[in-house]
Amino acid sequence: MKKEIRFWNGSIAVSEGAIVAGCRFFAGYPITPASDIAEYMALRLPQEDGIFIQMEDEIASIAALLGASWGGAKVMTSTSGPGFSLMQENVGLAAVTETPLVIAEVQRAGPSTGMPTLVGQGDVMQSRWGSHGDYETIVISPSSPQESFDLVIRAFNLAELYRVPVIFLMDECIAHMSERVVIPPKEEIEVVERIKPNVSPEKYMPFQPVNDIAPMATAGMGYRVHVTGLTHNEKGYPMTTSPEVQEWMVRHICDKIRKNEHKIRDIEEYRMEDAEIAIVAFGIVGRSAKAAVKMARRHRIKAGLIRLKTIWPFPESYFESMADSIKKFIVAEINYGQIKLEVERAVHGKASVELLPKFGGAVHQPMEIYQKIKEVKNGN
Amino acid sequence: MEIEARANPMDKYLRADRIPHIWCSGCGLGIVLNAFLHAIEELNIDLDKLAVVSGIGCTGRIAGYINTDSYHTTHGRAIPFATGLKLANPEMKVVVISGDGDLFAIGGNHFIHAARRNIDITVIGVNNYNYGMTGGQLGPTTPLGARTTTSPYGNIEHPFNLCHVAHAAGAVYVARWTVLHAIRLKNSIKEALNKRGFSFIEVIAACPTTYGRRNKMPDALDEMRFYREHSVIKHGIDPSQANIEIGKEIVVGKFVDIEKPTFNEAVEELKKKVKKK
Repeated sequence: MKKEIRFWNGSIAVSEGAIVAGCRFFAGYPITPASDIAEYMALRLPQEDGIFIQMEDEIASIAALLGASWGGAKVMTSTSGPGFSLMQENVGLAAVTETPLVIAEVQRAGPSTGMPTLVGQGDVMQSRWGSHGDYETIVISPSSPQESFDLVIRAFNLAELYRVPVIFLMDECIAHMSERVVIPPKEEIEVVERIKPNVSPEKYMPFQPVNDIAPMATAGMGYRVHVTGLTHNEKGYPMTTSPEVQEWMVRHICDKIRKNEHKIRDIEEYRMEDAEIAIVAFGIVGRSAKAAVKMARRHRIKAGLIRLKTIWPFPESYFESMADSIKKFIVAEINYGQIKLEVERAVHGKASVELLPKFGGAVHQPMEIYQKIKEVKNGN
Repeated sequence: MEIEARANPMDKYLRADRIPHIWCSGCGLGIVLNAFLHAIEELNIDLDKLAVVSGIGCTGRIAGYINTDSYHTTHGRAIPFATGLKLANPEMKVVVISGDGDLFAIGGNHFIHAARRNIDITVIGVNNYNYGMTGGQLGPTTPLGARTTTSPYGNIEHPFNLCHVAHAAGAVYVARWTVLHAIRLKNSIKEALNKRGFSFIEVIAACPTTYGRRNKMPDALDEMRFYREHSVIKHGIDPSQANIEIGKEIVVGKFVDIEKPTFNEAVEELKKKVKKK
């Protein structure tokens, strides 16, 4: 097979990537600016022997994903901030029942109804802390239609590998911009399949990790699994008055992600080899920041870019070690300071961290970021 | 002193290591569970191909006791969970067993839309007129005038007639029984399980602990006696004529039994039509 070239927007690219990854079930609810994904999946999934269903709301959409995932399917929904807010209780259920699923979250400017058609990056913390209690998610941020295709395949793979909800955190303008997308030959694309148990039903413990992750027996395989959102033991049985089981379960669902952060981590570095000032950005802002770094370099300012393709789990140790050589970080994000706090926390006071916010509705112009680089360079 | 329990013939359908259950003495849920298990036995349903989905509440605990793939989901979301499960895995027989508050208050939207789409699942809605697990609050089926912990002066809200809701929303099978009608309930569950499409059975169940004792029926037997004296079987009646009012007759029976294409069938049709070029 040869590679193929397409001219796709991010919404199409993420949908096609999901299909390549094996997604055959999509449940969603219309919401600007994410509806294009649902519309495209409604068109494509029946052609691929998959199922599209438009649910009555976002709560139902994610509940259907959980059911379909336990039914054995690879599943995805798409939504935007308000819809994502509605999904949060079942994000927690997915985390605690270790249910693989992917949420393509096309961010718009919030809070509340906000600016439905315009860009925003205010859902960084929501995608990490949106549900109650302690849990972990994996959050991936593409900065082009090409990455929407490539990284959503990785999102599905990680969801299966770690049995965790993965949030594919897109920007409105990434979903809507059209660019060249290269589809690699099929045999070059890695697709991870769900790990199934290979022991008899009598010996099977549905939530007993084997190398961090418990093999997953879905409906109809004969394992007769009980799945509950209550605090449960390795057998899946509720243990709602045992602090020991609670500790075991919470540690497990958090640590399986935390201790593998370095494997999940995906960061693009640009001109970082001799950089003295680093811009930290993700999604669409990564592109403005790259242009700003080029401007700075033309003016002999040693600036570089750290672009986060995975946002959560946050690459703390990466930033801590970067802070040995970089003394000035500028975090450019379309919100009032979310990743900035994480960077600040990770560098343990070894470097200064400045925020360059945008409040939603517009992307940083390269010149604005360049101006900030100059300011920081001159120590203002 | 340890007492060794003798094996019960129905044990194979239960997660025996989870018994005793959490329900109060006098609760109607044991009868519902019993009727369901006997229905499964008489239909000879393969337990490996049966999934039971529940929401939250006393009834929500049913899933955890049945020895099959069983899912105890979030409050109100059993039906959309079951929808996804059935669509992704059409070989499974999918049953939702949950309470009136779970299915018709917080989950009411999902109920009407699953019925409208004719999702091929059976929903057994246990109606005990109140939120038992949380201490006996007002629910969407609490009769007018009834006392609950959040209607201490008597309920001033009009309740849902669940069978009427199910019928209006498009369910292909609708029946109502009380826990007194154990055999009829079991037979009705068998019919519903064999039905293609969205089938709904309302089971009026005693809740002496949090409802009965505030409404002049402190003993489960009082409620059973009330069912015996006030239930009237009216098969085929228009469900809109079967409202539940305090102290009045309880109309029970099979109200709706019709045929129409299920969502699963429609999806398969669509796939055939849209073969990839």
